[in-house]
Amino acid sequence: MRQLRIDMGKCNAGRDCRHECEEACAVKVFKLDGPEHAALHIRELPDGTGQAILCDQCGDCVVVCPADALKRNKMGTVVLDKNLCVGCYTCIGFCEKHAFERNPEWVVPFKCIACGICVKACPHAALEIVDVPTPDYRII
Amino acid sequence: MSSNTIQADYPQFHRCEVDFTTRTEYVEGMEALKAAHQVLKEWTFTPSLPERGYTNRTLYLNVGTLEIRERPVTQQMKDVFTGGRGFGLWHLWNAVTPKTRWNDPENEIIIMPGPVSGITQYPGSGKSLVVSLSPQTEIPIDSNVGGYFGPLLKFSGYDGLEIQGKSDQELIVFIDGQKGLLRVETAPAEPVDSHVLAEILTHMYAEDEKDRVNISVVSAGSAAEHSLIGMLNFSWYDKRRGCIRLKQAGRGGIGTVFRDKKIKALVIRGPEVKGDLNHPKDFETIARTGIKLHKELRSNDPVQCLMRRNGTAHIVEIMDAYDLLPVHNYQYGSHPETHKIASYIWDQRCTQRTADGCWYGCSMACAKGADGVELRTGPYKGHRVTVDGPEYENAAGLGSNCGVFDAEYLLELNFYCDTYGICTITYATICAFVMECYQRGILDKERTGGLDLTWGNAVDDLEMMHQMARGEGFGKIAGLGVKRMKELFIRNGWGDPDLINDIGMENKGLEYSQYMSKESLAQQGGYALTNKGPQHDEAWLIFMDMVNKQLPTFEDKAEALYYFPLFRTWFGLYGWCKLPWNDVAPSDNAKTSEPAKIPEHVQNYLDIAGAMRGVKLTSEDMLNESARVYNFQRIFNIRMGKGLRVHDHAPYRSIGPVTREEYESRIERYEKELREQAGIDPAGLTLEEKMAATRKYRTDRYEKLVNTVYARRGWTLDGVPTQARVKELGLDVFPELVEIVKAYGG
Repeated sequence: MRQLRIDMGKCNAGRDCRHECEEACAVKVFKLDGPEHAALHIRELPDGTGQAILCDQCGDCVVVCPADALKRNKMGTVVLDKNLCVGCYTCIGFCEKHAFERNPEWVVPFKCIACGICVKACPHAALEIVDVPTPDYRII
Repeated sequence: MSSNTIQADYPQFHRCEVDFTTRTEYVEGMEALKAAHQVLKEWTFTPSLPERGYTNRTLYLNVGTLEIRERPVTQQMKDVFTGGRGFGLWHLWNAVTPKTRWNDPENEIIIMPGPVSGITQYPGSGKSLVVSLSPQTEIPIDSNVGGYFGPLLKFSGYDGLEIQGKSDQELIVFIDGQKGLLRVETAPAEPVDSHVLAEILTHMYAEDEKDRVNISVVSAGSAAEHSLIGMLNFSWYDKRRGCIRLKQAGRGGIGTVFRDKKIKALVIRGPEVKGDLNHPKDFETIARTGIKLHKELRSNDPVQCLMRRNGTAHIVEIMDAYDLLPVHNYQYGSHPETHKIASYIWDQRCTQRTADGCWYGCSMACAKGADGVELRTGPYKGHRVTVDGPEYENAAGLGSNCGVFDAEYLLELNFYCDTYGICTITYATICAFVMECYQRGILDKERTGGLDLTWGNAVDDLEMMHQMARGEGFGKIAGLGVKRMKELFIRNGWGDPDLINDIGMENKGLEYSQYMSKESLAQQGGYALTNKGPQHDEAWLIFMDMVNKQLPTFEDKAEALYYFPLFRTWFGLYGWCKLPWNDVAPSDNAKTSEPAKIPEHVQNYLDIAGAMRGVKLTSEDMLNESARVYNFQRIFNIRMGKGLRVHDHAPYRSIGPVTREEYESRIERYEKELREQAGIDPAGLTLEEKMAATRKYRTDRYEKLVNTVYARRGWTLDGVPTQARVKELGLDVFPELVEIVKAYGG
């Protein structure tokens, strides 16, 4: 399956960039301004290191969705069918990576679909889309 | 003790992997069934969505006269009764007189989803309250049920459905909330058993496969027709399994009323569900609070209750370990074979890796399903079915209380109760009673028509249930319930009347639910000092009293019997489930000043109810909203001839040891109690004298509890709300209430 990965050795958490990855995601994917609307987040931590909040397409949200609105597509990426989504946010609460999010303006939540737009936008080439084995669904 | 411990003890048990998508199907021949329908009445309405939780109208249908109309939800209804159970009781009050009996046309079945019912963000927010005059207790019964019917009704445009009258032919009522259409149709040919009927009707009324999730069916079953213990199944379509699932409005016999009205099913087709259909004033607060609880469940459920894996059955082994599991008609509290029906069994036997909520967004997901169950008896012998649960009550009631320690038979008992439309809890307590009568010679094979009702005989237990469904033999007698059986056995001279009365576990005509209360004073009151009869919906105090030790003093227990019935009533006013309140807790809950109340969760509820309605609610508001309805229901009971102290009498089995064996099984506990609490030295007393002293001490203690609780609730010593309390609650706006309490010395 397709999975977004980050090399934190190359990314230094926005200290010498403008969070182009987040901005590209927000603008090009969700047609919204502001990195807070992106499906990935890069945080600077007080100790000088950084933290990336990324969806690894683990599929936990597929298991917990009561509306069967989350499925893997042909490439193994977990995608949300907005027509089926009932806006319960179980996916958000049960995502251990904090990668499922919501925008207060919308009832349906959103997540990364490993489209790679952020990869192209990163000035340090810290992000990449990789192909990894699809994990089994877990009992949650 | 956690379920993990038990699992570690039994590593040899391997996960039962079944294909959860295959089962016996019943839709063949559906077109012929549909062709036999005749439309008796068609009525149109304008669908609408709620605003701040209310659609401000309810739907009235008389299945006898076919009168259909809308009724406004007045501001006074909201102010006094809030919604849900409150609205249901108010409609019932107006529909009946003190002379109305359960099978009169005037009796109603009222289904009321509350103002939060249907929100998808907070777990346990899809409940409906069903109210009717009970065939068993002859007073109002209310039952809190999941499934999709209530929310879909609300999203079709109605805060509730009120059904009156009696039909002379079999009916299906179809409400199409997408088209604004209500049809009353004859349904002469459909089978009545719920797992068949709900599947057929879901397929019949859905316009295509995708539409099935918008359909919910309310139905009963064949045993509901021949007993007083009928219940209602509320369905939803489980997309992943590809089958219908059922949740039950179980207690009190509402399914019997349903079949007496000749209603085969109510079917609703609602609009597609989205996340904001209740149109709350403040969606953001609801979303934020819901996500907070989802996170809490994700992190804490695996280390607390494992509700997502085992459902409520997670407490089977805990109750056993604390000597509180009902065994052999509540004689004992534990059994060496409990491990055969303990949670680790259900963890393996229920399908995992799926979403098992009975409404969208319930991430507690306790509506577990055991798939691939192949039936061994009865009309569906050989069929492969999905069984809902078993919940704790079913594992304990149908299991240990009847001595059945066989998981597969337990599932079959659970399945047949559901599809036959009878309450599992009630049936279990009935069966436990007749098995003890069999043990003690009150019943024998001749009196049971050949049934060998020895403890654990699941085959004859099932046969009794099949008889109930056919309206035959001893099964039909059992379907009368414990109260009427006690009277019958005594009338027939079949045993010592005192013993029969002591061991028959009913109060107000309703059977006890599945907790052995004799060592928990709080639960003794929690059962018998209830409005509708002994169930744990009102005051499930045994766990906090005996396991968590949160009610150490007499005063604590009495106060709990004031607070918790009111707090728990509140769930029924709004359309909430109680389980997400205390089957998961914040990590720091133990450090709060009142851990038994789970203060953070109480605040969650206040925040959501306030955000829905656009008001700011406090704990005091909550208690007042509940107290109005709770006291109204008490007065309603008095109006119907019950509701006084005499009706809060508890059978002695619920308070103390009835028999020598019971006494001897806990002799150390009872002798310590005599010495340290009753001030009696048991040394030198005969066993009979010690039992009599224990009985006197415990009965006196129960009566003292009743006095204290009544005073705290603002009732007289006869259990009547005082005029001052009625006025304080603002119920004096209804002069007839004041007249009733006055007449009874209130």
